[in-house]
Order: sequence, then C-alpha cells, then structure tokens
Amino acid sequence: MDTRSPDSAPRRALRAGAVLAIAAACAAGLVAVVNRYTEPRIAAVQRAQRVAELTAVMGGIAYDNDPLSDIVSVHDPELLGSEQPLLAHRVRLGEETVAVLVNAVAPDGYAGPVRLLVAVDAQGRLLGVRVLEHRETPGLGDLIDERRSRWIHGFDGRALDDPPRARWQVRKDGGDFDQFTGATVTPRAIVRAVRDALEYVARHHDELFGAAPASSGSGTP
Amino acid sequence: MDARAILRDGLLQSNPGLVQLLGLCPLLAVSNSVANALGLGLATLGVLVASNLVAALVGPYLPREVRLAVFVIVIAAAVTAVELAMAAWRPGLHDSLGIFLPLIITNCLILSRAESFASRQPLPRALLDGMAMGAGFLIALVMLGAVRELLGSGSLGAGLELLLGPAFAGAGWQVFPQSSGLRFALLPPGAFVLLGLMLALGNARAAARKRDAAAGAPADVPDTAA
Repeated sequence: MDTRSPDSAPRRALRAGAVLAIAAACAAGLVAVVNRYTEPRIAAVQRAQRVAELTAVMGGIAYDNDPLSDIVSVHDPELLGSEQPLLAHRVRLGEETVAVLVNAVAPDGYAGPVRLLVAVDAQGRLLGVRVLEHRETPGLGDLIDERRSRWIHGFDGRALDDPPRARWQVRKDGGDFDQFTGATVTPRAIVRAVRDALEYVARHHDELFGAAPASSGSGTP
Repeated sequence: MDARAILRDGLLQSNPGLVQLLGLCPLLAVSNSVANALGLGLATLGVLVASNLVAALVGPYLPREVRLAVFVIVIAAAVTAVELAMAAWRPGLHDSLGIFLPLIITNCLILSRAESFASRQPLPRALLDGMAMGAGFLIALVMLGAVRELLGSGSLGAGLELLLGPAFAGAGWQVFPQSSGLRFALLPPGAFVLLGLMLALGNARAAARKRDAAAGAPADVPDTAA
C-alpha cells in the first residue's frame, strides 16, 4: 500500500502496469545505448579472434588473401562428422591456393562433439590442427586443446599416407598417435576425425584447390 | 544498523557465499581458477552495487505488486550491460566465463539484497551493503578458486591477463606441473567437496571461538559441547 488514497483495483493495476512498462523501457534504452557503443568493438574483436584462429593453424605459411571471407561450403556427414554443411577457408598466395582450412567435427568425443579446424596444404600434408570447441574433461580430455598441451602438434606435417593408414590410430589401438593416461576416447575421436578430414580433402582436391580466385565467391551455399 | 555492522555482515557474519550459500551455481561452476573467480566476482559486485543503487532510489515509490518485477528488469539490464562491455574489452575473460556471466541475473543474492535491504534503506547504506555483500561473494569465489586452481592445475593466478590486460601476461605462479594436479579439484564434485571442507573449517573455528568465549567468561553454564 504505497498511497494513502483508497485506489480502486483497476486503477492500481493500471498504475502497476505503467510503472512496469516505464521500467522496461528504461532498461531497454540502457541496453540499447551500451550495445551501440560496444557493438563495433565486439565485431572487431570477434573478427580478430577468428583471424587469429585461422592463422594459428596454418603453421606460418605465406599468404596474401583474406581466408576469413574466402570460403567454400563443404558437406559430408560421413567424413566431416556433421549433418550440417561446414565452412572451408581457402588460403592463397597470388593465383595459387596454397592451403585449405576445413572445419570438421569429431562426433564421438567423450562429452559430445568436438569442433576442429584442420589445415591441409596443396600436397595433402597437414599444416596443423586446432580444437575450436569441446566439452572434454578438464585435466584429461582437454589436453587436446593447444593451450593445455602440445598433443595436437603431433599432427603437424602428417598426411594420409604418413603414417600409413593402419597406423592412423592411437598407440593403444596399434597406431602412431599418443593417447592420454586415463583418456583414450578423446584422442581416438580426434585422430579419426583428422584422418577423415584429410580423406575428404583428398577426394575433393580439385574443387578445393583448383578454383580460380575469380570464382571464389560462388563457393558460398 | 551502522556501517560497521553492514560490512561485518557482508564480509563475514552473513557472507553470501560461505554462510548464506547464495549463488552456489556460479560459485561452484566458475571457481576453477583465480582469474575466472575474480572476473565473475567483480562482475557480480558491480551488478549488485548498481541494483542496490536503483533499488534504494526507486524502491520506495514502486507499487508493491510490481516491485520485484522491476528489480528483475533492472538487474537484467545491468548484467547485459556488463556482459556487452566484457565482450568488447575483455573478450578472453568473456569467453572463459561463458554462460555464467549472463546467469548473474539469476543469482538470488542480488535480488534478495535489492528487495529485502536496499529498497528499505537510505542510499549510502544500500550502496555500502552492495559493496560488502559483493566483496563477500568475491572473496568466497576467489578463495575457492585459489584452492581449486592450486590443487587441480598446480598454479595460482594463471590467465590473469585475460582479466587485467596483456601487460599481465605470464603473471601467476606455476607451483608444480599441471600434469600432476589433482583433477578432481577441477570437476564439479571436487568443487562441492572443497566448498564443504571450507564451510566445515569455518564452522569449526566459530565453534572453537564460542567455546573459548564461554570458558573465558565467568562460567555460569558448564561447557557440555566438548
């Protein structure tokens, strides 16, 4: 009872509604103002993060295009692990496509799908692999994250035939790649996903590397 | 209620994290490192002060029926503003706090301070209460964060540059190698157990102090607790 006058129920309800509406409008106004000032900066930060993500995986090769916008859509639920179409980025030096960066998913991580970025050069060699998103166990499976351990660099310089197909496994399964003590599921999923991504790039080599720069825009879905 | 009582309440006697056990969800989820704990603690502190400020200013004039709803809107707006600012200026910290940053809205600590304290008190007390309660929560978070980070990752203050800026890159200590850390401390069950141990320690100290006081005083009641 905040007023002394004996308000009728409808009047009280109207007053309460009006106060609520004013509060909502003020709050929305505040958020709009903050958004206005932060939006350009957030966009720039996110772009810089994505560019950093892309350059980190390329292992220092020279390029002169903007891989972030030079994209093709790739779709292969079998080899890339996702029902949805994914993006691949072309990395060019002059006229030549020197590498592609393929987004891939390891669908069978210990705690759900793991998103990967796999960089492959024109000869089919891995420039690098990075885990973009995962929910693996801290201290165990999360060693796949480059910030947590060097494990992911075990893929640098590998190719479909290096090691030979039968050895594209974790050591426990008779392959060449380390697993972690107490965590085999995660590395096993990543090794398989990386191999599958290489397989995909090999099968679609001409589409991914062949297209002339002029037609690059047509790659978007 | 004087200023000292407000401070003592927020920091110790009814510390929101360690005594009232409010906001357990972020307390347990984000306290896996000092950097995360400090980031969320500061964000919560800021929102709490802002919401107490608004509650003290407009609270007394709001119709009772919508007072809570208005506070929720105010808190949501403050949290959204903090989140946007953090995404713009501290993107690394924003990413590592993830969903727990917007979830500050649901921290019942903030709504309860606005409703049960700030809206019934003059502005200075409301602000002081916001700072004291926020600092109390922050301290609880950072303590738990320090213990978990030390046990789990063997470090203290790693990643602080995400919060404080690139000038602090490499700040923090690696006390022992991360690989020999106790993983359990980083997982949610570990958070529960460690928080429980901290509470038990606090209770034991409080009980001991009570016993001392009883023993030191002219004993009219025999101490049977021991």
